Amino acid sequence: MLSKRIIPCLDVRNGRLTKGVKFVGNVDIGDPVESARIYYEEGADEIVFYDITASHEGRMAFLDVVNEVASKIFIPFSVGGGINTVEDMRACLLAGAEKVSVNSGAVKNPDIISQGAAAFGSQAIVLGMDVLKVPVSEAIPCGYEIVIHGGRTHTGLDALDWARTGEALGAGEICLNSIDADGTKEGYELTLTRMISDAVTIPVIASGGAGNPDHMVDALTQGRASAALIASIVHYGTYTIRQLKEHIAGRGVKVRQVW
Amino acid sequence: MLAILDYKAGNQTSVKRALDHLGIPNAITNDPSAIATARGLIFPGVGAAGQAMGELQATGLDHLIREMVQADKPLLGICVGCQILLSYSQENNTKALDIIPGECVLFNSAWTDETGAPIRVPHMGWNRVALQAPCPLFEGIAPESEFYFVHSYYPNPKAEYVIGTTTYGQPFCSVHGGPGLWAVQFHPEKSGRPGLKLLKNFWEYCLEDRRAV
Repeated sequence: MLSKRIIPCLDVRNGRLTKGVKFVGNVDIGDPVESARIYYEEGADEIVFYDITASHEGRMAFLDVVNEVASKIFIPFSVGGGINTVEDMRACLLAGAEKVSVNSGAVKNPDIISQGAAAFGSQAIVLGMDVLKVPVSEAIPCGYEIVIHGGRTHTGLDALDWARTGEALGAGEICLNSIDADGTKEGYELTLTRMISDAVTIPVIASGGAGNPDHMVDALTQGRASAALIASIVHYGTYTIRQLKEHIAGRGVKVRQVW
Repeated sequence: MLAILDYKAGNQTSVKRALDHLGIPNAITNDPSAIATARGLIFPGVGAAGQAMGELQATGLDHLIREMVQADKPLLGICVGCQILLSYSQENNTKALDIIPGECVLFNSAWTDETGAPIRVPHMGWNRVALQAPCPLFEGIAPESEFYFVHSYYPNPKAEYVIGTTTYGQPFCSVHGGPGLWAVQFHPEKSGRPGLKLLKNFWEYCLEDRRAV
């Protein structure tokens, strides 16, 4: 029986974590490689790195990080942020990532999904979707719109329609981030998560809003997500990944507990 | 050393990194003499069966793999490398290496999971392996350990070659082969400690194998 996945997400700028990660003893670690290694040891099922660098130098530093992570942790990891071309994808995959996540790059040029899937296989291509709740309209019949630039720019794309398009173009997975829930710690956007999970046959990763392990249980059961993305709930040392998994397993959701 | 067969498979560098981490001498190569003198072979693979067979034929590795298996050189197939050891794959309607009798078939999306929902394809994530026969690759690995899978097709060899099964909607064969010729559907190079242990067990088997050079 397939386990639900717990995936910490690390934001990287110029090769360093944007916010330090606190582990036992509240030691603040700004090194993404060391943080990833500790999460690997703690039982993370996968890790996501998100590069928020704008400069070329920062990008090179990020690829160095990817390369080093790949030689130290032996679970899958994906990278996202600023991936706009097949060459961007190739650079990340050659550096050792299993998957690349395309977000605004796919909104601007949807063909990048099919090009990436043809070049590297669907399993390597994650469609990242940033979603905002909006009034139901003719253009946005599902009531959720795709936004880019951290939610500042509306695209006019209906989220449900975009998820199906992404799947048809060859995305192997969807990482679904609710801009409304992100940072609230009040739980994932369950209506959205369930709607998208039911509309596609590829796995959906729920993202945005995790404040406690019950929120994760809700996303994985009611939301029918295959995986839950987490950030501050583990970065600030509130919970370890093992504690989260013990709680989630106690609620009857199968997660990997031996590693 | 272990030879990682070089036919541009997507995960060959990941396999190399895992072996390097374990301190196991290895090389990514398609050089026949390096392959012939290696203690054992790793046959990696990510992507589609048709493309993989095409690359193998283009490099002549298809014949070389058959020769090496005939000569009892230990071999470990991973993912697509596990699938195309069989006779045939439904993926791209591919005539495969035919080293182990059987075929590779697409997951049936009418199968349902424990909640009654249709299974999602690909089968992506962590799952267990239930051993149906003893296998030295799994020595020292706790039975509740999980391995990382990502695939839409699964191996379906002749029953006597089934070593381990995994349940996704229904049980399917996730480890097959026989002594010294093994194939795993999951990615040991991405399965944390249990996966690394499996690679180490393979290397130790190769070292003990007196037939190898």
